[in-house]
Amino acid sequence: MSADNQKPERLEATFAFPMLYEWSIGLYGSRFFQEIMNNKRFIGIKCPGCGKIYVPPRRVCGPCFKELTELVPLSDTGVLTAFSVVNYPFIDPNTGSRRPIPYTYGYIQLDGADNIFSHIINETDLSRIKVGMKVRAVFKDRAEMKGNIEDIKYFELIR
Amino acid sequence: MDKAAIVGVAQTRYERRKKDQIFADMVFDVTRAALDDAGLTINDIDSVVTCSNDFYDGRTISGMAVGDAAGGMDKNISTVSGDGTFGAFYGLMRVLSGYKATIVVAHYKGSEGDVKITTNGMFDPIFHRFLGIEAISAAALQANAYMNLYGLTEEQFAEVSVKNHGNALNNPYAQLAMKITVADVMNSKKIADPLKLFDCCPISDGAAAIIIAGEEIAARSKKKPVWIKGVAHCCESYLLGDRDLAKPVALSEAARKAYAMAGIKNPLREIDVAEILEAFSYMEPLWLEGLGFCKPGEGATLIGKGVTGMGGRLPVNPSGGALSANPILVAGLARLIEATLQVRGEAGARQVDKVNTALAQGFNGPCGQSHCVWIIGGKK
Repeated sequence: MSADNQKPERLEATFAFPMLYEWSIGLYGSRFFQEIMNNKRFIGIKCPGCGKIYVPPRRVCGPCFKELTELVPLSDTGVLTAFSVVNYPFIDPNTGSRRPIPYTYGYIQLDGADNIFSHIINETDLSRIKVGMKVRAVFKDRAEMKGNIEDIKYFELIR
Repeated sequence: MDKAAIVGVAQTRYERRKKDQIFADMVFDVTRAALDDAGLTINDIDSVVTCSNDFYDGRTISGMAVGDAAGGMDKNISTVSGDGTFGAFYGLMRVLSGYKATIVVAHYKGSEGDVKITTNGMFDPIFHRFLGIEAISAAALQANAYMNLYGLTEEQFAEVSVKNHGNALNNPYAQLAMKITVADVMNSKKIADPLKLFDCCPISDGAAAIIIAGEEIAARSKKKPVWIKGVAHCCESYLLGDRDLAKPVALSEAARKAYAMAGIKNPLREIDVAEILEAFSYMEPLWLEGLGFCKPGEGATLIGKGVTGMGGRLPVNPSGGALSANPILVAGLARLIEATLQVRGEAGARQVDKVNTALAQGFNGPCGQSHCVWIIGGKK
């Protein structure tokens, strides 16, 4: 007897249960979110080598390979340096909920920082949004904050 | 550098979904085909490099699952979790350190996971993944930054899509071969501004293999060896916010080192064909700038003048590139394979006239965090 390789339907196996994970936010990341919760502002960290201020704060400056320890308070405003209005749905890996479309993803230079921060911009009309515009962070109410990146609701354009 | 050559290559056809074949089946097919191409047997191979990614494959230490299919039994197998050009680089290092011949295999199935979730998984889970960023929205951000720096237009990017989908008509391995116009690209569905559907690569399944050998094996391989003249890779910062997305500095550095190794002083004059990894249309002009084929900001002009078309001074992506099939990880190895076929004169309907020296490029990470550049040629 020979097995027939052509006729059988091609089957699939599906795993539907999520792979759970719990990431530690670490010392500086925790300080970053606590500063938002307590003072509704950002903090960065300054490199003792090149003087560059990074946000969010981290331990190492890549180009200098030096340890960073000097936290620096920053304001809640910045400048939009790039953006994209996204038109396809995205399932939030944290909650499983679907983000309403369209939404705008923004690349923001926070005032006083040297690298770029990213978040959602609350403007999806292409005729009303331009690179170079000033933006300001809009935070959740203190009671709703959870110590994560969604404590920032979005950045609004300052016209 | 000691002499090493590409002596065998193979690709599957790239398709939206391969239901007949599991990962190991695809790898088995390309491994045997690459051996046949080289006129070698598995006993001639003493080192195996696999390219796979655990999130993409949905399994831990994914490389181990294809070892048997790559002929790795009782051999030294190692895995590169990254683009095939980097896997090939590792394969070359093994040959230079004394192995006689390394087979490098890469496999990917975009059809089996959710590409938005798996590419969202590239980003920082604390600060970025919540926001929804993944490969396409990151690319859109890069395209926006690039356009703003130089005043480029979406129509200029659309020309890349027209050229590459058209070139794909000559490539039997391509998934998305189409004769389209700039207007078709401009009118295609808006995905993430400024990117439309035809600016974006498709989701693909497929595998590829390449055999890199030292002089002893190269001397008795069936096909004319394609010699490795220069190769280098370079990486920049992980976080997009630490980079200037409009300036591919890691690519410039990788290209500079590869050219120096190959003795190339004027790449546009000395390189006959280039296969580069343009998962999105705007990447082709941006990478051409990084590769030093023109000045920063002039990549789109080079394309607009027809320099990169099939009849131009430097045909780019005669295969149709990644816009016509983008099995992630495999895609860079496919570029190196296509460049090899061009040097051999075996590229069929997509063959460029008189190819002595070819360039292949691949990258890892969002918006091209790390690039690998290969210069290969027919002469030792």
